[in-house]
Amino acid sequence: MGDEPRLTREDAAYVARLARIDLSDDELDRYALQLAAVLEHAAQVAALDTSGVEPTAHPLPLQNVLRADEVRPSLDRDEVLSQAPAAEAGRFKVPRILGDAP
Amino acid sequence: MTGDGGETRPEAPDGPTGPAIDIARRVRAGETSAREVVEHHLGAIDRYDGELHAFVTVLHDAARAEADALDRRVAAGDDPGPLTGVPVALKDNMCTRGVPTTCSSRILDGWLPPYDATVVERLRAAGAVVIGKTNLDEFAMGSSTENSAFGPTRNPYDLDRVPGGSSGGSAAAVAAGLVPVALGSDTGGSIRQPAALCGVVGMKPTYGTVSRYGLVAFASSLDQIGPLTGTVGEAAVLFDAIGGHDPRDSTCLERLPPRSASAVSEGVEDLRIGVVTELLDGVDAAIAARVRQAADALSAAGAKIEECSVPELRLALPAYYLLAPAEASSNLARYDGVRYGLRVDADDVEAMNGATRAAGFGAEVKRRIMLGTYALSAGYYDAYYGQAQKVRTLILDALSAAYQRHDALLGATTPTTAFAIGDKVDDPWSMYLSDLCTVPSNLAGHPGISVPFGCDDAGLPVGVQVLAPALGESVMFQVAAVVEHAAPHMAEPGVLAR
Repeated sequence: MGDEPRLTREDAAYVARLARIDLSDDELDRYALQLAAVLEHAAQVAALDTSGVEPTAHPLPLQNVLRADEVRPSLDRDEVLSQAPAAEAGRFKVPRILGDAP
Repeated sequence: MTGDGGETRPEAPDGPTGPAIDIARRVRAGETSAREVVEHHLGAIDRYDGELHAFVTVLHDAARAEADALDRRVAAGDDPGPLTGVPVALKDNMCTRGVPTTCSSRILDGWLPPYDATVVERLRAAGAVVIGKTNLDEFAMGSSTENSAFGPTRNPYDLDRVPGGSSGGSAAAVAAGLVPVALGSDTGGSIRQPAALCGVVGMKPTYGTVSRYGLVAFASSLDQIGPLTGTVGEAAVLFDAIGGHDPRDSTCLERLPPRSASAVSEGVEDLRIGVVTELLDGVDAAIAARVRQAADALSAAGAKIEECSVPELRLALPAYYLLAPAEASSNLARYDGVRYGLRVDADDVEAMNGATRAAGFGAEVKRRIMLGTYALSAGYYDAYYGQAQKVRTLILDALSAAYQRHDALLGATTPTTAFAIGDKVDDPWSMYLSDLCTVPSNLAGHPGISVPFGCDDAGLPVGVQVLAPALGESVMFQVAAVVEHAAPHMAEPGVLAR
């Protein structure tokens, strides 16, 4: 982490790639500026001395929830697949996942 | 335009009152029919919603059929429940089987959920009629309902102003009388803030008291469903109806607060109520004055009012705007063009994902996903996300300490009244500041309620916020009911006079 929350277009492009959103150059420029502005306010959080403070991931104490491993009704497969952009042979259908061999 | 300062009645009512309570009583007694009630509200929607745009879907036929079925049951001597015949609007991020559930996003275009949210099942089990789905900021991300793929909702008090958000459609619909009650969801203030800006009651329950099954997730450790209503009593009755353990939500509590409806008549005698400095700092003077006025009324009703400072609350907003986007970036990864909604075709799956998400998400959702992804990315995780989680601990500890000295806390709901449409859309932080007074409850998982309390000089509604510790709904409703009864008279929304 640096002291200055400056974000370049390249940083924004990297984050957009991680988030799987195709952004235009205009959008990357705009988000780089806007994210930097929000991160300026986050700087007071980042700069705080929190030694000895435990993180809170959840507001209330939670325990793992288990139930008996019994077969129960679930959503109807055909109804679920009817909502998919593409389905075939009882499965979700997607474009190819693997690229051509180099 | 209000009966400013007029006579106040700082005592508590006998029990829950309000239009929804009247409707249920009359339909159960056979004095009116559920069908008649539904027709009246469908008529109001048809007449006013062209201007307000509170609804994204109106269920004319389904609501009539549900009402007729209830009328047949009443005629047969059956009692369908405490909400018999009450029309309810649902924020459109709650799943309704076979009925579009859009989250006001293009990415869920055409999606028909294969199941009902638990709250929908519980409302119907109590006799309520689902009359429509209301507009929101896309995926509940926003404070103005301007971030909707279907266009903004307008404030019933001034059509050039926002209703707040993200449950702006539900708030506007209740304020204009299109429905007596509605449900919203509150991740950082999304029930309470629009309630304040529209002059209605909005309540965020303790985290885990209302099932999130079927609520489209935004930030799972912060999201909670709750009621928007005309009165505090109606909010208590609705909360009683929708709350309770649900095995389908693993974060749902086994232990629940006592029934809330009776709390509205208990008064505030000897309750210790803290007026929170940090929930008045940076707040418009007119709103701060209303909070003081409410505190005076509580004092007159027998409560002990004390000043209270919780400096850690100043860290709540920046911490929230790291945590909520981080959780959102993870939750919204599921919109990948594979299982539901929009797909933009491409040669391989990764290109399809990127093109689909670029076309399907609006600007604010993209911004939050970017921010959250950044806060979680290698090299920044500890500095941003990890630190924000520790701030969450500091806020929880500070509020716990405050609740050692006070039974409930009082402050503003929002720093300003309703702002003009378009005012803040290009300046994210100025928009985020709208959530200044509401985010602490979400970070802590505590309940909070906004009660309308007169208006500012421009005639725009003001909300006073009552906060309580986890599972402290009863004391929160006790205080809220007394605040409500002391509230200055408010003129009806301008849209109804046109």
